[in-house]
Amino acid sequence: MPSLLKALSSQVGRKLLTGLTGVALIVFIVVHLVGNLTLFGPPDAFNIYAYKLHSLGPLLWLAEIGLVAVFAIHSYIGLSIWWNRRKARPQKYHVYSSKGAPSRQSLSSKSMAFTGVVMLIFIVFHVRAFKYGETTMTSIPGVDYPVKDLKALVITSFLDPVMAFAYTFVMMLLGVHLGHGIWSAMISLTLSNPQRSAAVYTAGTIIAALLSVGFLFIPLYIYFTGGQGALIQY
Amino acid sequence: MSQMTIHLKIWRQEGPDTKGAFENHTLDTVNEHMSFLEMLDVLNEELILAGNEPFEFDYDCREGICGSCNLVINGRAHGPKRLTAACQLHMRNFKDGDSIVIEPARAAAFPVIKDLVVDRSAFDRIIAAGGYITVRTGSAPEANSIPVELEDSTFSFDYAACIGCGACVAACPNSSASLFTAAKLSHLNRLPQGEPEREKRVVAMVEQMEKEGFGDCSNYGECEAVCPKGISIASIAEMRRNYIKATIAG
Repeated sequence: MPSLLKALSSQVGRKLLTGLTGVALIVFIVVHLVGNLTLFGPPDAFNIYAYKLHSLGPLLWLAEIGLVAVFAIHSYIGLSIWWNRRKARPQKYHVYSSKGAPSRQSLSSKSMAFTGVVMLIFIVFHVRAFKYGETTMTSIPGVDYPVKDLKALVITSFLDPVMAFAYTFVMMLLGVHLGHGIWSAMISLTLSNPQRSAAVYTAGTIIAALLSVGFLFIPLYIYFTGGQGALIQY
Repeated sequence: MSQMTIHLKIWRQEGPDTKGAFENHTLDTVNEHMSFLEMLDVLNEELILAGNEPFEFDYDCREGICGSCNLVINGRAHGPKRLTAACQLHMRNFKDGDSIVIEPARAAAFPVIKDLVVDRSAFDRIIAAGGYITVRTGSAPEANSIPVELEDSTFSFDYAACIGCGACVAACPNSSASLFTAAKLSHLNRLPQGEPEREKRVVAMVEQMEKEGFGDCSNYGECEAVCPKGISIASIAEMRRNYIKATIAG
């Protein structure tokens, strides 16, 4: 029997890792989205949420290190699959087309590498803009020292059309990536069978669409209401 | 009986190490009842009579059960019709005046031998790595001495239907042989006769598949769509389950 490392680096092991890290990333973005949506809560909700998250201290660092590792594994394997496919078919077809259902070849499945790479580049800018971005200080109830006003940072950022539409575009790509991704993870984690397959695929695309819309609603709403919409309380 | 004119663009390649190219031919006497391979026979006959070299293509039974034919027709393995091998594809699926591009299966693990014929011995080596069972040789065993659950025998039969044509590899955007390997595994793994070597088999066959240079599976499902026998990609999930049980979670 192969060693654990060898088994994990086999084609089956790599898909298992892609699926597991994919599910971990989905859990992360669900939590992220719930956090984001506190923007539409009571006036201080978003800043309190951010403050509480940061006050986790070492626990947060640990989670961040884990998250970076998960991103790294997921992207590395994804890109190596894309790289291997060129080696596995050096001579391309003159004509190539899908035979249709039950094939899952779609805009989503065919663009996994592209959407993945765009999101990876996006994350660098995203972290720089919001985690390390400069903003004014504010006060929140129960804390007797000033904290970063991240709510103001988000709102002023998305008043900029370039930021608002770039974020919207990337969040659409997230939906496209997950459209195939959620279903594919279920197959990789061996959680599908022929009877469930269609239902799992449909559920996957619905979840992908909901997550995408959930995220892109925020920049679009802020941009089109000038940050003064009824959903945001000050 | 209507006659059709068909414009063909066919891959011509002298050998594994030579560069191939497309050749154009037009056939004016295609009968709609011809199979795709019979249409190629007519073309080859015309070429031979004119003193030219015919196109090499693989075939044997012409009944859709041997897995010898594996042409890629207009970019689709075995052509436009589902659950149909190229030999069982009839010209009535095309229209008068159609242009058809015929290519060999393209994968590093399936090198071209000549024209449309590719070397699929990589599949044989995957089978040889573990696609067997250990039985007592000699006189035939008593048929009813090993009880098999109906559900298991049906499952096994579904996957035993794989004819090893290689359409799955040809159609997969990654040139993965996962469907073939998984079908062979699912064929044997649930039967009592296949049980003793189940873990060893899945590890050996997955390793061999990778060694042959087939790509990763990205769950595109194109393999299932082109499979003339309709092998389900559920077998790939089953292969992964068995592999993980045998190695990582075992």
